[in-house]
Amino acid sequence: MGNDAYATHPCTHTGVMNNDQPVIEIDRVTFGYPPHLLAEPVLENVSLRVEQDDFLGIIGPNGGGKTTLLRLMLGLLKPQQGSVTVLGQPATRTRSRIGYVPQHARIDASTPASVLDVVLMGRLGASSWGCRFSRSHCDIALEALGRTETADLATRAIGTLSGGQRQRILIARALASDARILLLDEPTAGVDAHMERGLTDLLHQLNEQLPIVLVSHDISFVSRHLKRVACLNRTLTCHGAGEITQEVIADMYHDHMVVVHHDESCPLTEHPSPDDRDAEPAG
Amino acid sequence: MIQFFHDIPDNPFLLTGLLAGVLASLACGVIGPYVIARRIVFLSGAIAHMAVGGLGAAIFIATVSPVALGWVKPMHGAIAAALLGAIIIAFVYERAAERMDTLIGAMWAVGMSLGILLIKFTPGYHTELMSYLFGNIVYVPWGQVYLMLTLDAGIILIVLVFHKRILAICLDEEQARLQGVNVTATNIVLLSLVALTVICLIQVVGLILVLALLTLPAATAGHHVRRIGPMQWVSVGLCIALTTLPRIAVYGTRISPESAIVLAAAGVYLLSVAMMRLRSGRR
Repeated sequence: MGNDAYATHPCTHTGVMNNDQPVIEIDRVTFGYPPHLLAEPVLENVSLRVEQDDFLGIIGPNGGGKTTLLRLMLGLLKPQQGSVTVLGQPATRTRSRIGYVPQHARIDASTPASVLDVVLMGRLGASSWGCRFSRSHCDIALEALGRTETADLATRAIGTLSGGQRQRILIARALASDARILLLDEPTAGVDAHMERGLTDLLHQLNEQLPIVLVSHDISFVSRHLKRVACLNRTLTCHGAGEITQEVIADMYHDHMVVVHHDESCPLTEHPSPDDRDAEPAG
Repeated sequence: MIQFFHDIPDNPFLLTGLLAGVLASLACGVIGPYVIARRIVFLSGAIAHMAVGGLGAAIFIATVSPVALGWVKPMHGAIAAALLGAIIIAFVYERAAERMDTLIGAMWAVGMSLGILLIKFTPGYHTELMSYLFGNIVYVPWGQVYLMLTLDAGIILIVLVFHKRILAICLDEEQARLQGVNVTATNIVLLSLVALTVICLIQVVGLILVLALLTLPAATAGHHVRRIGPMQWVSVGLCIALTTLPRIAVYGTRISPESAIVLAAAGVYLLSVAMMRLRSGRR
């Protein structure tokens, strides 16, 4: 990587002089799904570096390749061009080192498992065969619940929890595995404004120990709380926090957009709809 | 009803019938909760109907070639076909999950037609098939009981080894994969367990009614306990009650015991749903 363009690219140059190995390094990755493969790539020449103390948000329109990039980092997909390196190894060999937090919506009310059962699944890779988890695994799972301030929920059925609580449980599950990086998919989907603030505090707290990467369509959330923002729509552009302006968003979505600042301090429940504008990226 | 107990000393089949019910209950009580949690009720139906094809094939080859293959029992064919069905489904699920629906329908119909066709071409008159379709808990030879005992032992042994991994794919398949679980292999294990359970249940309620006993007791248990382990214990208990009591109750009447078992299972399930409604309404 003695390439000058690569070194000075905003997505790979994090602003800090850091000689440590990056936790995630995505180097000129191009990826397409069959049948078109590279004729219509989902990701084109994407480069990204995640450092040890990073708190990075990846935003972009639906179909912009957010989930694909996430799956590449998780090692569930292999790039057709370029490379994805996690902790110095190819991503496909480091699956258990990334704590992945999927959208909580995938758990339904009838799931026959307690909160502890779900968190213990983060210990599966490290556990032996058999039908029970050993005491030490249970202790690690309980400790992870403690870190997300949900230890009191351990015996509850997972289906009876609220959206915000489930999100915390899934974060605890990711922490219970020996994760060195936290990767979250739409952490605020289906979580109300009050819960969202608690979740943000928690993520900031965890960020003191772990680098965090999250994918979201919620631009206001991302731009308010994160250190760095990457905008993904087939290609990737990076911005420092606070640099996300209406122009940047309009450029990315190729459309007229209006950014509506909407959080718990907002007195209105409904915003006046902007004339001749059909999309609202944040809400 | 009292007549049943009077007749036990004179009619050894009454006892083997009860024993068959208990053995089938063990299998379906343990496996049913997985089927409910992973939502593979209709996959199980397809596997059951594949077994009909195997029954037909086994009866056919044993009759056509009595010297070389006379040892082949219908149940052997059913076990082979059900396991084959389980493996086919697991591989299709891996490669083309969106086609599952079509595959289930096709296997359901093809298995059944193949069975009927092969029975038709088998020289001689066979009533046997009917007893497999609708079950025959009144006449269970000791050989059948030994077979079920073997299947039960196999099922419970496999569950003791694989439980954590099976539960992982029931809760969150992607997370299981990230934890290094071989999802395809675990899927084959689970579907094979379902196949073996189906074979156990054939004797009690017959192929056509297998789904009722595989799902209704487990679903009923799921109303009252919210973890898979307790669900299995409660299901086993319910299954034993359901295969024993209705059969004793209708003894000596014109009601077929197999239908009585299924209707009782449905009745208990509906009662449980009503109880849940009442309880949540009061809150």
